[in-house]
Amino acid sequence: MNNFLLLPIIIPFFFAMILMFGQKKIAYQRIMTIFGLVLSILCAAGLVLNVRENGPQIVTFGNWPAPFGITMVSDMMSALLVLTTLVLAMFIVWYGFASIGRKREQFFYYPGIMFIITGVNGAFTTGDIFNLFVFFEVLLMASYLLIVLGGEKAQLRESIKYILVNVISSALFVITVAYLYSVVGTLNMADISLKIAEINQPGILTVIAVLFLLVFGMKAAIFPLYFWLPSAYSAPPIPVLALFGALLTKVGVYAITRTYTLFFTHDLSYTHELLLILAILTIVAGCIGALAHFDVKQIIIYNIVIAVGVILFGVAQMNEAGLEGAIFYLIHDMIIKAALFMLIGIVIYVTGTTNLRKMGGLMKTYPALGWFYLIAAFGLVGVPPLSGFIGKLLIVQGGFEAGNTWSTLLVLASSIIVLLSAMRIFIYAFWGVEGQLSSNVEKSKFNGLFIPTAFLVVLSIFYGIGTEWLTPFMGDAAKILFDPSIYTDAVMKGGN
Amino acid sequence: MKTNDVIIQFTAKLVFFMIFFYAVHIFFAGHYTPGGGFVGGLVTASAIVLLIVAFDLKTVQTILPINYIYMVASGLILALGTAAISMFAGKPFFTHYFDYYNLPILGKTSLHTAALFDLGVYLVVVGVTMTIIQTIGEDE
Repeated sequence: MNNFLLLPIIIPFFFAMILMFGQKKIAYQRIMTIFGLVLSILCAAGLVLNVRENGPQIVTFGNWPAPFGITMVSDMMSALLVLTTLVLAMFIVWYGFASIGRKREQFFYYPGIMFIITGVNGAFTTGDIFNLFVFFEVLLMASYLLIVLGGEKAQLRESIKYILVNVISSALFVITVAYLYSVVGTLNMADISLKIAEINQPGILTVIAVLFLLVFGMKAAIFPLYFWLPSAYSAPPIPVLALFGALLTKVGVYAITRTYTLFFTHDLSYTHELLLILAILTIVAGCIGALAHFDVKQIIIYNIVIAVGVILFGVAQMNEAGLEGAIFYLIHDMIIKAALFMLIGIVIYVTGTTNLRKMGGLMKTYPALGWFYLIAAFGLVGVPPLSGFIGKLLIVQGGFEAGNTWSTLLVLASSIIVLLSAMRIFIYAFWGVEGQLSSNVEKSKFNGLFIPTAFLVVLSIFYGIGTEWLTPFMGDAAKILFDPSIYTDAVMKGGN
Repeated sequence: MKTNDVIIQFTAKLVFFMIFFYAVHIFFAGHYTPGGGFVGGLVTASAIVLLIVAFDLKTVQTILPINYIYMVASGLILALGTAAISMFAGKPFFTHYFDYYNLPILGKTSLHTAALFDLGVYLVVVGVTMTIIQTIGEDE
């Protein structure tokens, strides 16, 4: 059935509505959320296999022909991202059972999560630039709820900044789409790609390309537009932070990747050069932040910024190795960031502080936590058998193939700083003399936090070991990014 | 001093129905003339707001004992359900159906599933507007 690709979007949406009833019944809320997520994961996994077998899946709403209706396109990249999103959401919700607290659970926490997933999955799947805007708003609205839910002072302060920044960037998005529409006269992404190829990207389209970079860069937190991220992400509770850190910036990265591989491919020397420079500066800015802080949350938050830079560096190369590496690294980074935030959430729970200087000696009391953190940290850096290795290897290969020797070396060097920042948490918190310990650690709550985290870390190990099996999927995804004619052909001819 | 607002209360009782029926008219006019679920919902909400202004929140809640959050949820389910009908018929999502029927009083009328979708929008708009106004109004 050709509507199949919509199920990972519709099912969370439907469950979000159902969860608005029975607001106070926590058992009902939890069971329905997990049930909805498992159902969507099964559909998303089916979708990935279907795309692998039959090529990109397309459905145009309302039975209209392709450029006139809203088209939803599920190619390998979006199918993989949708699957990753749902799996991560399930683990984060599971983790949240122990830590999010009754009051939040009773006040639309779970519907908020389901709506945010609807928005993220929709943004990954849509084939229409204005529909992309709408799905961005869906996920942003839900994220406004989640960032402020609980009403602590820091949350209220940071949510004002967060909403302000996002309202401005959304307005800019609308203006940019208006510009693009006035030039090409269509909103369907495949059709835009064809129209731009016909008129061969005059100056105005390069301006629009830079405007898109500005808009999506604000969402994805690239240099110099990442200023809102460190403080905004430190406000909400850990499960929400893990959800944001794993998903939200990656939607911006995906949107940049999509527009810069599908639309703006005719003036590479300007647009992709700019993307390259900004990616490098993003990495540098992230590295500085990650080293400067002694707050565990902030260190991992700045690692998000570094990873965004690395992925976009891969995209900016515009060769198959670079793009494949970018996809590998993107999915690795979503998994590992969720796992790291969950791990430091446990560290914060057992020590009762976020300050590294006050921690110490956790290895004696919580050895399992220490070893899992070490594995996750090595995975983040990209130590060979683990998940971050192959993505960065391909990105570096792409960089050398494209002749960007110095910047590629800089990307390699940034790994050392990532290692240093992640190891610093390990050394300060787990080694040495015993530091501060929270007095009221309950065994059952600790297990409730630790078990989903451990599963996620194990999943990231499999992602690293299973590279051999994943390569054909990633190769498919990179091929369609590298050659947009596969995308446009599928939409314009196969669209029904 | 207790103010006597008999005139506004009396007028509100009458005007409420005028505004409400106008909202219904706008809602059904949406397919051929300006109007539709969004405007209809806003006008309905404004009629209820008029009642709140003339009386007070508690009284209006006893007159219209509606949980507006449930109203939003059911509106969304109705809209999604309408869009999903075609999925079960093997057509793409959001395919609408319409046909002409001879109804007893209205005569030959075209019935379109888009009206059901609009009804969902209407419920969501009324629900959201009233939730906002009630929550702010109840806040101490």
